[in-house]
Amino acid sequence: MSTTVAAAGMTSTGEAVQFWLLGTVAVVGALSTVLMRKAVHSALSLAGTMIVLAVFYLANGAYFLGVVQVVVYTGAIMMLFLFVVMLVGVTAADSLKETIRGQRWLAGLCALGFGILLIAGIANASLKDFTGLGQANSGGNVQGLAALIFTKYVFAFEITGALLITAAVGAMVLTHRERTERAPGQRERSQARVRAGEQLPPLPAPGVYARHNAVDVPGLLPDGTPAELTVNPTLRARGQIRDVSGEALQELAALEQRSAEWVEGGRTEGAKEARK
Amino acid sequence: MNPVNYLYLAALLFTIGAAGVLIRRNAIVIFMCVELMLNACNLAFVTFARLHGNLDGQIIAFFTMVVAAAEVVIGLAIIVSIFRSRHSASVDDAGLLKL
Amino acid sequence: MENLIGLLVAAPLLGAGLLLCGGPRLDRAGHWIGTLLAAVSFALGAVLFADLLGRGREDRTLTSHLFSWVPVGGFRADVGFQLDQLSMTFVLLITGVGTLIHLYSVGYMEHDERRRRFFGYLNLFLAAMLLLVLADNYLLLYVGWEGVGLASYLLIGFWQHKPSAATAAKKAFLVNRVGDMGLSIAIMLMFTTFGTFAFGPVLAHATDAGEGRLTAIGLMLLLAACGKSAQVPLQSWLGDAMEGPTPVSALIHAATMVTAGVYLITRSGAIFNAAPDAQTAVVTVGAVTLLFGAIVGCAKDDIKKALAGSTMSQIGYMILAAGLGPVGYVFAIMHLVTHGFFKAGLFLGAGSVMHGMNDEVDMRRYGGLRTYMPVTFVTFGLGYLAIIGFPGLSGFFSKDKIIEAAFAKGGTEGWILGGAALLGAAITAYYMTRVMVLTFFGEKRWQPDAEGNAPHPHESPRTMTIPMVVLAFGSVFAGGLFSINDTFLKWLEPVTGHAEGNSPVSALTVTIGTMVVLVLGVALAWAQYGRRPVPVTAPRGNLLTRAARRDLLQDDFNHVVLVRGGEHLTRSLVYADHTLVDGVVNGTAASVGGLSGRMRRLQNGYARSYAVSMFGGAAVLIAATLLMRAV
Repeated sequence: MSTTVAAAGMTSTGEAVQFWLLGTVAVVGALSTVLMRKAVHSALSLAGTMIVLAVFYLANGAYFLGVVQVVVYTGAIMMLFLFVVMLVGVTAADSLKETIRGQRWLAGLCALGFGILLIAGIANASLKDFTGLGQANSGGNVQGLAALIFTKYVFAFEITGALLITAAVGAMVLTHRERTERAPGQRERSQARVRAGEQLPPLPAPGVYARHNAVDVPGLLPDGTPAELTVNPTLRARGQIRDVSGEALQELAALEQRSAEWVEGGRTEGAKEARK
Repeated sequence: MNPVNYLYLAALLFTIGAAGVLIRRNAIVIFMCVELMLNACNLAFVTFARLHGNLDGQIIAFFTMVVAAAEVVIGLAIIVSIFRSRHSASVDDAGLLKL
Repeated sequence: MENLIGLLVAAPLLGAGLLLCGGPRLDRAGHWIGTLLAAVSFALGAVLFADLLGRGREDRTLTSHLFSWVPVGGFRADVGFQLDQLSMTFVLLITGVGTLIHLYSVGYMEHDERRRRFFGYLNLFLAAMLLLVLADNYLLLYVGWEGVGLASYLLIGFWQHKPSAATAAKKAFLVNRVGDMGLSIAIMLMFTTFGTFAFGPVLAHATDAGEGRLTAIGLMLLLAACGKSAQVPLQSWLGDAMEGPTPVSALIHAATMVTAGVYLITRSGAIFNAAPDAQTAVVTVGAVTLLFGAIVGCAKDDIKKALAGSTMSQIGYMILAAGLGPVGYVFAIMHLVTHGFFKAGLFLGAGSVMHGMNDEVDMRRYGGLRTYMPVTFVTFGLGYLAIIGFPGLSGFFSKDKIIEAAFAKGGTEGWILGGAALLGAAITAYYMTRVMVLTFFGEKRWQPDAEGNAPHPHESPRTMTIPMVVLAFGSVFAGGLFSINDTFLKWLEPVTGHAEGNSPVSALTVTIGTMVVLVLGVALAWAQYGRRPVPVTAPRGNLLTRAARRDLLQDDFNHVVLVRGGEHLTRSLVYADHTLVDGVVNGTAASVGGLSGRMRRLQNGYARSYAVSMFGGAAVLIAATLLMRAV
C-alpha cells in the first residue's frame, strides 16, 4: 500500500502498478456486480470493488476516507445488503432474460454514449497539473478534515446528522408492522388450519427407514416414491433434496443378492467343512 | 502515470453502474449498482481533492458516504416492505406506473 | 289627462289577462267583458281626442313616462307613451273598429265553445296594437309589434284543429318574423347612429346622420313594414290568414296588423324624407303590391280571399302614398282610416253571408242573396261603392288624393306610379263588382253541401248587423267629413308635415280619369258576370287567371327560391360541416390520438424504461455542455 504523500504531477511507479492491477480488479468487480445472476455474488463483487476503492482513496491521500470506506461501506452497508438479500431470498436468482423489448440495446447504447462523452470530457479538460495533498495533509489528514467539517461545513454536517436520524426513524417506520389485533393463539391457528383444509396432523418425518436419517432426504411412501411433505420447503425451493427412492430399491436388490450369495456360500463352506 | 487515470476509472465505474441499473431487475442489485455509481463519484471527488490540493473534495466524498448510508437504510427498508407485500423484488413487477 | 294614455292600453290588456287566466267561470260573460273593455278603451280614446281638439294645433302632443325599463349605462330604454294626432287617429280607428268587431264576434262566435279565449285574444290584439301606436320609442314599438304578431298567430290559428289553420298561423308568424328581423336591425342601427330609440331625438336628428345610414335604416323599416302589412315580397301570409274566423280577418285587415306597416313608415317619415333611395324602394313596393293584390283579387272565387287580395292592394296604395313623402303621408293615413271602415264592413258582410250560408265561401255558389239578406246587402253594397271610389263616398276622396299625389311625384316616375295607381283603381272596380255580382245578384246557385244540408240564407242577428250598419255609415261619410275644409289634412299636418305636389295633370283630370276607369272596370265585370250565367265550377281560364288563382305563384316562388334554396344551402353546409369542419376536427383528433397511441407505448410502466430515458437525457445534457464549451 503506497502511503507516500501523493506527489504533484506524475505518480510514482509503484502507485502506477498498483493502479493498473487494482483498477483491473475494480472494473472486473463492477462488471460482475452487474452480470452475476445471484444477488449474493453481486454483493460480494461490489464489496471487492469497494475495498479496491478504499485502497485508491489511501493512495490519493485520503486516509480517513479510505478507512471509513472499509469500515462503513464494506463493513456496514454491504453487510446490510447481505442481510436484506438473506431476508428476501438468497436463492432468488435473477433471470437474465430481458423482458422489456429493446431495453438492453437502449441501455447499452446509452451507457456507451454516456461513457464516451464522460471520458471525452475528462480528456478535454486540462488536468495536467496535480497540486497534491502534501501541504493540505501536513497537519494530518484527519485533523485537516476535522478542521473543515467543524468550521466551513458545520451546517452541512449538522443537517447530515439530522438526515441520518430521520433515515433511521424512517427505516423503522417502513419495516415496522403495526399489529392491529391480538396475535392468534394455538386454538385460532388450529381452527384456521382446519378451515383451510391443510395438513392436519404433524408433518411426516424425513429420512425414515433408518438408512438415511438426514433432513434432506424425503421419506418414502409404501410404493417407494418420495413424499414431498417430509422435507422442509426451503430445502425443496433450493433444490437441495436428495432423492433416494431409486437408490433404496437398488440397495435392496443388492442386499438380497448378497444374502443369497452368502446363503449359497455358506452351503458350500459347510460342504467343505464336512469333507474335511 | 498521471493521476487523471483515476478519473477515467471513476467514469468507467459510473457507466458500468448506470448500465447495471438499467439492465438488472432485482431491486437489491439495482441498489448495489447505485452504490457503485456513488462510489465512482467519491473516487472522482477524492481525485479532485488531490488535483486541487485541498481537502474540500474529501469532505464532499465524506458527506456523500453519509448520505449514501442514509439512502441505503431507507431504500432497503422500502425494498423489504415491497417484498413483504408483493413477494417479489423485481422492479418490473411493481408496474403501477402504468394504468 | 296623460295618465289616461296608459289606461288606454291597460284596458284591453286587463281584458286579455282576465279572459285568458280567468278559467271557465268566465265562459258565460267573457265575451261581454272583452267587448266592454274594448269599448272602455274607445271611450278613453274619445275623451283624449276631445282633449286634443281643445288644444292649440301645435300643442296636441301628450307624453306619459311610465317607468325606466332597461337603464344600463349609456343604454336607456323607457316605457313611455306619446299621443299625438297620428297616434290619436290610429287609437280611434283601432278601438272604434275593434269594438265593433268585438260586438260582431259576440254573434258570430256564438256557437264556438272557446269563445272566451277568442275574446281574450282579440283584447290582446287590441292592446298590442295600441302599444305599438302609442309607444314613444322604437323599442317599445317593437314590443307592440311582436305582440301583434303573437296575437295574429293565435287568432289565425284559432281553429287549430284544422291543419290548414294551424299551417296558416305558422306561415303568418314565420313571414312576419322576417319583417321583425328588419325592424330589429333598424332599431339597432338607430341606436348605433343616434344613441337612443326615442322618436323625438331620432326623428329630430335624422338629417344629421349620413344618407347611407338612413337608407339602410329606411330599407330595414320597409322590410318590417312589408312583413306586417303584407307587401311584396312578404305578402304570402295574408291570403292564408283567411283561415282564421272572419272577425279576425276584419280586425287584421281593417284596424290592426296590416296598418302597422303604414304607421311605421309614416312615423319614421323624417328618416325616409332624408333617404330618397329608401323612398323609391317604398313606392316601388307599394305600386307592385297594389297591382299584385288587385290581380289576385280578380281570380279568387273564395269571397274572403278576394277581399284579402283587395286589402293587399289597398295597403299597397297606402304604402305608395307613404313613400311619396310629405305629399302623401296624410293621404296614406286618410285612406287607411276610410279603408278601415269599408274593409271592416266588407269583411263583416262577408262573414254575415257565410254565417247564413253554412260557412260556404265559394262565391260561385252564392247568387241572388240580396233578397235574403237585405241589411247585409245594403251595408256590403255601401262598402263596395266606397272601395271602388264611387263619387261622394269615402274611398273616392282618399284614393283620388293618392292617385293625384302619385302623379305629383313628377317626371317619368310620377307617370309610372300614377298609371299604376289608376290601373289599380280600374282593377279594383272590376274585382269588387265581380264579388258584388256573384254574391248578391244573378240566380241562386247554392247547393246542398256534402252532408246534404241545403243552406237556408237568412239575415244575421242584431249583434252582427249593428256593427255592419255603423261601419257602413263610416264608409259613406268618413271621406267626405275628412275632406271638407281639408280637416284631416290640418289635423295631421303638424305631425307628418305636408307639401302640395305640382302635378302635371290637374286634379280634375285625375278625377275624371278615375271615373272613366271606374266605369270601365264595373262595366267589364258586369258584362262578364252580370249578363251571363255564372258556371258553378270555375272555368279553366287563361294563364294569368290560373296564376292569379295560385296567388300569382307567390308560394311556388317562395318554395322554389327560399325553401329549395334553403334546403340546398343547408345540405351543402351540412356536407361542408361533415367533410371540411369535421374533417379538420376529426383529423386533428385522429392524428393526435394516433400519435398518442404510439407515444403511450413509451409509457410502459416499467421504472427501468423511464430510467433509460433519464440516462439518455443525461447523456444528451453532457453532449450539449461539451458542445457549448467547444463552441
